[in-house]
Amino acid sequence: MPKSLPPSQLIPRLLAGDRLALSRAISRVEDGGDNARELLAGVFPHTGRGHLIGITGAPGTGKSTLVTGLVQAYRAAGLTVAVLAVDPTSPFTGGALLGDRVRMSKLSGDAGVFVRSMATRGSLGGLAGATADALLLLDAAGYERILIETVGVGQAEVEIAGTAHTTVVVEAPGLGDEVQAIKAGVLEIADIFVVNKADRPGVERTVGALELMLHMADGTPRQLFHHGQLLEVAAAPLEDESDGWQVQVFKTVAASGGGIPEVMAEIERHRLWLAENGRLAARERLRMARSVEQIVQAELLRRLRAALPADSLAELVEEVAARSLDPYAAAEQILDRMG
Amino acid sequence: MADRKIRILVAKPGLDGHDRGAKVVARALRDAGFEVIYTGIRQTPAMIAEAALQEDVDVVGLSILSGAHMTLCPKVVDLLRGQGQDDVTVLVGGIIPDEDVAPLQAAGVQGVFGPGTSTQDIIEFIRTAVI
Ligand SMILES: Nc1nc2c(ncn2[C@@H]2O[C@H](COP(=O)(O)OP(=O)(O)O)[C@@H](O)[C@H]2O)c(=O)[nH]1
Ligand SMILES: [Mg+2]
Repeated sequence: MPKSLPPSQLIPRLLAGDRLALSRAISRVEDGGDNARELLAGVFPHTGRGHLIGITGAPGTGKSTLVTGLVQAYRAAGLTVAVLAVDPTSPFTGGALLGDRVRMSKLSGDAGVFVRSMATRGSLGGLAGATADALLLLDAAGYERILIETVGVGQAEVEIAGTAHTTVVVEAPGLGDEVQAIKAGVLEIADIFVVNKADRPGVERTVGALELMLHMADGTPRQLFHHGQLLEVAAAPLEDESDGWQVQVFKTVAASGGGIPEVMAEIERHRLWLAENGRLAARERLRMARSVEQIVQAELLRRLRAALPADSLAELVEEVAARSLDPYAAAEQILDRMG
Repeated sequence: MADRKIRILVAKPGLDGHDRGAKVVARALRDAGFEVIYTGIRQTPAMIAEAALQEDVDVVGLSILSGAHMTLCPKVVDLLRGQGQDDVTVLVGGIIPDEDVAPLQAAGVQGVFGPGTSTQDIIEFIRTAVI
């Protein structure tokens, strides 16, 4: 199959389950341009079936190992699974070293599994846009569960995880101040918390810190280890934004498979919970709104850059730096030129 | 405004467990601006071909120190071609005796890099081989 097969030929093959066509289509949407749009338009009516599961957390917490275990569990349950493993592109060279497959060797040789590594590239549509497009292709190809692994440090990565149907946030003991690790909007996006490496010391402390943050609403005082000291913390009600879903903390030893069936069961419980009372439809609408908004933003920015004379932005920035123009006035001038 | 990146699978087939060399090459390729997918050690030819398919790479780079290159490399090439991955360039690096170079090339391995090859040689080869 030539690399340059046109979308009109890739689409039917992808929909028929041809894995090479799927793989080539993902590259096309990553590259962007007209081919990408044609592909996405062609597959879009066939999407919306797969359940998207975000797996995010700090580097080294065991996300790839956990993903491998979850895929095996889903396969044992007879479901097909795709994995999208997202790693950062070097901002200096534009290159990337994608190593998540190293942990996923066990998944090889199974036609019901498809694993794809993706670099962040800093593409025009933004990271969230590129991954969303790849997810649409995996969905159209018929995978029933789609896992997205992202490093939960940057805002963009957290955003991607937040666009999944079910988001699993992975922590591990011994990564420094556990309360520190769950800042940065991660608490808001988590549907399930996993404390991996439960074979390591300090696991109860990490679990305790998470549970404290999650269950402050129930009014009972909690105990928390903080810098080695046991503290008694009075409970303060936490606003219930999750519409009744109780976020729980699970312990796993992903390296040996311990606790994985429980995490899978919880993901499925969340999936069924979403399916009730139109929650899924509401979440989907939110996802779509975000998606359309992102595309509009990226496209506006692209048109703006194309419409601006080469040095005009730099000139305006000079004026702002010299304090002869304020930033809002500069922005207004740019927008005016666009018409 | 297509933003095409060259993607390279770096794999370590066979039973020897040393991947320091493969990792050095993988990093050098990343630093040259390529997207490198590293698969780790003890990969079978079938695992490598499957990974290449899922990752849609332009290049498969094999690192072989065990001396098994004459059996492993042609197997990888055959599997790739059998899957319809006709335009994927296959390279091998490692301890390859001079007399093995021609037969490997005849088997479809486009680039053979013996001991003493610089990573720069590999980078330049890839830039010319993949357009
Ligand atoms: N002790 C212990 N190590 C683990 C466990 N799960 C993963 N690891 C190890 O943690 C390291 C990082 O794992 P990886 O899955 O690559 O983490 P990621 O960076 O979050 O994807 C590897 O060396 C794994 O073998 C576990 O449950 N217990
Ligand atoms: Mg990983």
